[in-house]
Amino acid sequence: MTGWEVIADHYNYYVTIFLMVAGLYIVIARGNMIKKLVGLGLFQTSVYLLYLSPGRIIGGTAPIIDERFSVYSNPLPHVLMLTAIVVGVATLAVGLALVVRISEEYGTIDEDEIFAKDEDQ
Amino acid sequence: MVSFIQGVLLTLLAAVTIAIVRQRNLFGVVILAGIYSFLMASVMIVLDAVDVAMTEASVGAGISTVVLLAALYLTGSREYPSAHTAAVPLFVSAVTAVALIWGTNELPRFGLADAPIHRHVAPSYLEASAKHEMPPNVVTAVLADFRGYDTLGETTVIFTGGVGVMLLLRGRRKRLKSGKEGKEGRA
Repeated sequence: MTGWEVIADHYNYYVTIFLMVAGLYIVIARGNMIKKLVGLGLFQTSVYLLYLSPGRIIGGTAPIIDERFSVYSNPLPHVLMLTAIVVGVATLAVGLALVVRISEEYGTIDEDEIFAKDEDQ
Repeated sequence: MVSFIQGVLLTLLAAVTIAIVRQRNLFGVVILAGIYSFLMASVMIVLDAVDVAMTEASVGAGISTVVLLAALYLTGSREYPSAHTAAVPLFVSAVTAVALIWGTNELPRFGLADAPIHRHVAPSYLEASAKHEMPPNVVTAVLADFRGYDTLGETTVIFTGGVGVMLLLRGRRKRLKSGKEGKEGRA
């Protein structure tokens, strides 16, 4: 296999890794808590891609049984990721509720300012 | 081999991600996150995951955006540049990326029908759902019939999340009215 073929074969995984690392970077580097939660969301969605990519079969179809088709994609990653999406939005909602409470108590949602106010007390 | 349209969608996804990282206006970030979710849903359709795509479009682009906008309304929508240098986070991210890319070397090629993932339990689920006359959509059959208790657990998680949000935000209006010193929100 030439280099280009390797890249074309693994392009899904490269983009998955990029999304994952971008989410990780936002969570570590950015101080704003809502931005952090969006970064966490990026990290989560990259995991969806990681699971769904190997489930696809070229020449296959979506896993809905019909006598005209014989090759189906793997349905199990789909089931797992349906659960992950729904749980993801639940964690996002709880995280944002915490952010709103923090903003009420501290008047800010920036990490550095919160630490500064904690040290003042 | 990845198809052309899939490559284009994935590249757009990466471009939107760069925009999300660079954007400082949080309203812009939320809208970009919505675009990101719709692109992700399109990629999922290309990957034959139609049920997941539908859920991502409604939950990821719909509910998440609404919840994020509500939180922005209650907190304020400007992100201030951090005082720290970005060197350490960049280094951690780069090392993680290199390790993960190194890990992709041994993965099977994209889209092959004889990859290990397609030869383990998946065929038996496809056969059993056809044999027992379950719903033609195998994802529905697995979710509601084979693994019904897991779905019940998932519902429990959402219920717990909802209760948690309600407990956290309970009495918010009362607190705002009593208005203690130094507790004014930026909104």
